[in-house]
Amino acid sequence: MTRRWILFLPLGLIVVLAALFSYALLSGVDPSEMPSALEGEEMPAFQLSTVQDSLDFKTVEDLKGQPFLLNIWATWCPSCKWEHPYLNSLSQEGVRIIGVNYKDERDLAQAWLRDYANPYELDLYDPNGDLGFELGVTGAPETFFIDSQGVIQYRYQGPIDSALWQDELKAVYENLD
Amino acid sequence: MKTSISPSLIFVTLLLLGLAATAMAEREQRYFDNDSLRDRYEQLIWELRCPKCQNQNIAGSNAPIASDMREKTYELLHQGYSDEQIINYMIDRYSEFVTYKPRVTAGTVWLWLIPGLGLLIGAVAVFMLARRSGQQGAEPISDAERQRLTELLEKDRDAS
Amino acid sequence: MLPEYGHFALILALLLATGLSTLPLYGVLSGHGGFQRSATALTWGMTFFLATAFTILVVCFLVDDFSVRIVVENSNSQLPWFYKFSATWGNHEGSMLMWVLMLGGWATAVSLFSGSLSQELKSAVLAVMGMISLAFLLFLLVTSNPFDRLLPIPPGDGGDLNPLLQDFGLIVHPPTLYMGYVGFSVAFAFAIAALITGRFDAGWSRWARPWTNMAWAFLTLGIALGSWWAYYELGWGGWWFWDPVENASFMPWLIGTALIHSQAVSEKRNLFKSWTLLLAILAFSFSLLGTFLVRSGVLTSVHAFATDPERGLFILVILLVTIGSSLLLYALRAGQIRLAGEYRLVSRESFLLFNNIILVVIAFMVLLGTLFPLVFDAFNWRKLSVGAPYFNAMFNFFMVFLLSLLGVGQVLRWKRHPLSDLRPLFKVGIPVALVMGLVLPPLITASFNWRVWLGLALVFWLLAGLVRMLLDRTRNASQPWRALRRAGGSFWGMWLAHLGVAVSVVGVVLVSNYDLARDFRMAPGDTVSMGDYQFRFDGMNIVDGPNYQSDQGVITVLRNDQPIAELHPEKRFYTVQRNTMTEAGIDAGLFRDLYASLAEPLDDEHQTWAVRLQVKPFVRWIWLGSILMAAGGVLALFDRRYRKASGGRS
Repeated sequence: MTRRWILFLPLGLIVVLAALFSYALLSGVDPSEMPSALEGEEMPAFQLSTVQDSLDFKTVEDLKGQPFLLNIWATWCPSCKWEHPYLNSLSQEGVRIIGVNYKDERDLAQAWLRDYANPYELDLYDPNGDLGFELGVTGAPETFFIDSQGVIQYRYQGPIDSALWQDELKAVYENLD
Repeated sequence: MKTSISPSLIFVTLLLLGLAATAMAEREQRYFDNDSLRDRYEQLIWELRCPKCQNQNIAGSNAPIASDMREKTYELLHQGYSDEQIINYMIDRYSEFVTYKPRVTAGTVWLWLIPGLGLLIGAVAVFMLARRSGQQGAEPISDAERQRLTELLEKDRDAS
Repeated sequence: MLPEYGHFALILALLLATGLSTLPLYGVLSGHGGFQRSATALTWGMTFFLATAFTILVVCFLVDDFSVRIVVENSNSQLPWFYKFSATWGNHEGSMLMWVLMLGGWATAVSLFSGSLSQELKSAVLAVMGMISLAFLLFLLVTSNPFDRLLPIPPGDGGDLNPLLQDFGLIVHPPTLYMGYVGFSVAFAFAIAALITGRFDAGWSRWARPWTNMAWAFLTLGIALGSWWAYYELGWGGWWFWDPVENASFMPWLIGTALIHSQAVSEKRNLFKSWTLLLAILAFSFSLLGTFLVRSGVLTSVHAFATDPERGLFILVILLVTIGSSLLLYALRAGQIRLAGEYRLVSRESFLLFNNIILVVIAFMVLLGTLFPLVFDAFNWRKLSVGAPYFNAMFNFFMVFLLSLLGVGQVLRWKRHPLSDLRPLFKVGIPVALVMGLVLPPLITASFNWRVWLGLALVFWLLAGLVRMLLDRTRNASQPWRALRRAGGSFWGMWLAHLGVAVSVVGVVLVSNYDLARDFRMAPGDTVSMGDYQFRFDGMNIVDGPNYQSDQGVITVLRNDQPIAELHPEKRFYTVQRNTMTEAGIDAGLFRDLYASLAEPLDDEHQTWAVRLQVKPFVRWIWLGSILMAAGGVLALFDRRYRKASGGRS
C-alpha cells in the first residue's frame, strides 16, 4: 500500500538522530570549545603603553614583520602562573611572544616579570581589557597565533604546556608566515 | 581589604555623597536617558550569550566577561548604536555563538521552515482525513472508493 | 560491608530483571500460563532488591560513609541531614538508581492495580518494563556503580553537595520529575504489548489511559517545581530558560499531552489507534532522549551532570535498541490496524487531532532548536546558539493556534457538531475575549501592549469555552447541580486542566510583559522606588548557616508609605566548596512577587551593594496553573468507568 512507508518515518528519524549523536560522541565534539571570531582577520588596531613604561605607546604596526604569539595574561590568573615557565622556555627557543597584561595592575605585573622572568619581547598593558575585548578574549590565559602581516591565524584558550606545544601548537606556529 | 581606609571606599563615599546631593533621585546602577533605552538594554543582555559560561545569557551570569559585555552594550547603546549593530559588534568579536537568536542564513532557515512546514502538512492531513471520513458516511460511496474498500477488506482477510 | 550488600542487591535485581524480560514473554508467545504468571513475582522481587539497594545508598549518605565514592563527592559531615538524604539523587549514579527504582515501582503498581487485565497482556507489559529495567541496571552496574568504594583509605570528609542543590527543590523536584519520565514507560509497555500480541482493540487504550494521566500529572508537577526552583534559586528571577535540560523535560511533556488526548479518542471512538500507539512510544522515547542529553555531555547546559563519553555511548545504545526496535515493530505491525468510525471536520475527533499535530510540531521544534547547534558542530560549520528568543517566538506562534482551537474544540461533540450550535459561542465569546483582553491590562498597569491583548483574549476565549461546557451540561437538566456532579471525573479533570492552562497563560503573558527589573546601588538607609513600591535598604546582617556564612540584606518594601513586606536577599559563602551563592529575597503574592537579589558588594565593608530589584506580576499563576493541570490529570482517574473496570473482578 502507498501509505505503508509513512509508518517507517519515525524509525528513519531515530536512525538519523542516533547517527548524529554517535558522531558527536565518537568524534569528541566539544560543545564548550570555541574558535575565535577573528581567525583570518587582521589584528585589531590599538594604542597601548607597555607594562614597563607608561609613556611608551605601541600600535599594531610595532608588532608586524615577524610571526608571533600574542599571550593574554594576568597576575590574578592561576593558570597563567602555571603556564609561565613554559613560555619562558619557548622564548629561549626563539619563539616570538608578545604579552598582553589583561585587566591587571602595572606594579603587580612588573613584580611578576621580575620574579618569574620575562618571556615577552613586548608586553602591552591593557588595564581595562579593551584590546582583550576587541580580540574576543573571554579570560586568561589565551594565546593568539599571528603571522607577519598581523593576521590572526589561530587562538588557543587555556594554558600551554610542553606536550600541547609539541603535539599541536608547534605546527601551527611553524606554519605562520 | 588590607588597609583600613581604601581609596575605593573614599571614592564610593564621595560618589554616594554626590548622589545624595543630587537628591535621592536615581540610585540606579546605570543611568538611562529614557525608559526605552533601558528596555532595549534589558532585552539585549537577555539575548546575548556569555561566551565563557555553560549556558547563560550575560544578564544572568556573574562571569567577568559577562560584566564586560554588559558594560559594552550599555556604552554602545548610549553611542546611538541600533540593537542589530550592537549584536553584530559582539558577533564580530565573539562569533555567532554569542547571540541566542540565530541569524537567518541558508543554513539556519530550517529552524523556522521545518516547524512551519510541519504545521502546514499536519493541518492539511487533518482536513483530508476528516473529509474522507465524513464523506464515507454522508454520501453513497463512489466506484473508486468501493474498489478501495474491497481491496482493504481483502487485505484484512489476508492479514487475519 | 553495607555498600557491598547494596551492590549485591543491584546484581540480584539485574538477575530478576533478566528473568522478567524473558520468561513472561516466552509464556505469552507459547501460550504457557505458568510462565505468564511468573511476571508478577519477578516484578516484585526486582523492585524489592532495587528498593533495598536504594535504601542502603540513602543510609550510606546519612551515616557519612566516606568510603563510598559518590558520598565523598556529593556530601559532607556538616551537611544538614535532609540534604544528605536528597544528595542521594543529587548525582548521576544515585539519580540513575532512583530512576530504575521508580521503573520497578511503576511495574509493581501495574501488577497490583490491573485486576481485569488479561494475564497475557499484563505479562507482556511487565516483560517490556523488565527489559527497560534490565538495560538501565546494566548501565548502572557497568558504567555508574553507585556503590564504588574508595578503599583502603577513605577520605576523612566529603567535598560537599553543590550549593545550588542544597535546597528544598532538590528534595522534591527530581523525584517528581522522574516519576513522570519513568511513568510514561507504562503507556510505552502497553503499546509494545499491543503490538506484540496484535490486539489493538479499544481495551488497551482504556487500560493505558489512567497510567498515562498519572505519569503526565507527575511530569507536569515536576516541571513546575523545577521552574519554581530555578526562579528562586538562580537568583535573577527567570522561570524558564529553554536550557537543553529543561527542553529535555518539556519534550516528553508535550508528546505526553498529545498522548492523553489521543488516547481519549482511541478509547471512546476506537479511532487514531495507530497514531496513539506511536505517541505512546514517542513519549517514553523522548524521556529516554532527555536522559541521554543530560548525561552524555553532547550539549552544554547549566545543570547537566558530570559527563562521560563512555556513559553517553552506553545510553545511546540503550536508546537506539529500545526506540529503534519499538519503532521497527510499529512500522511492521501498525499497518494492520483497521480504520473504524467516521467523523466530520467540526467534531471533537478532528480538533483533538489538530491539538495533537500542534503539540507534536512544538515538541519537534524544541528538539530541532536544542540539537541545531550540535548539528552545526558535528559538520564543523560554525558555532552558534539557539536560545530563548527563538524558542519563545516559535512557541508563542504555535500557542496562538493551539489556544484558538482549544477554546472551541473542548465544547465539541464526538462525530459531528452542528455549526449552528456554535454560533452563540462565537458571537459572545469572541467579542468578550477581545474586550476583556483590552480592558484588563490597564487595571494592572497603564501601558497597552498587543501581546498582552492577544494573550488575554485567548485566555478569555478559552474561558468562554469552559463556561459553555458547563451550560451544555446543565441546559436540559432539571437539577443543574446534580447534572454537574454526575458529569464525572473525566469531564471535571479535563475542565480543571484546561482552566489550569488559562491560569498559566495569564501568568506567562503578564510576567513576561509587565515585569519590572532595575539594578540599584544601595547603602543602608537608601530608598528607591519602582512601580508603586518603595524599597528601603535597612542594612546588612551576618548570618551563620550550618555549612555557610552569609551576608544578608534587609530590605523593607513600602507602598503608600506603609511597610508591606521585608525581603532578605543573601550572598552565601559555602565554606567547603568555597563557592558563593546568591539567595534571592522574595515576597510572594497571588498578584505579584517582590524579588530582591544581591549582585555584588560595592565597598570593602560589604555595606553598600549592587542590588537587583524586581516586581513580577502574576508569576505565581504559572505554577498555580500547572498544579491545576496536574490535578485535572489525577481527577480524570476517578472517573466511574475506571473504578467499575478495576472493581469488576476483584
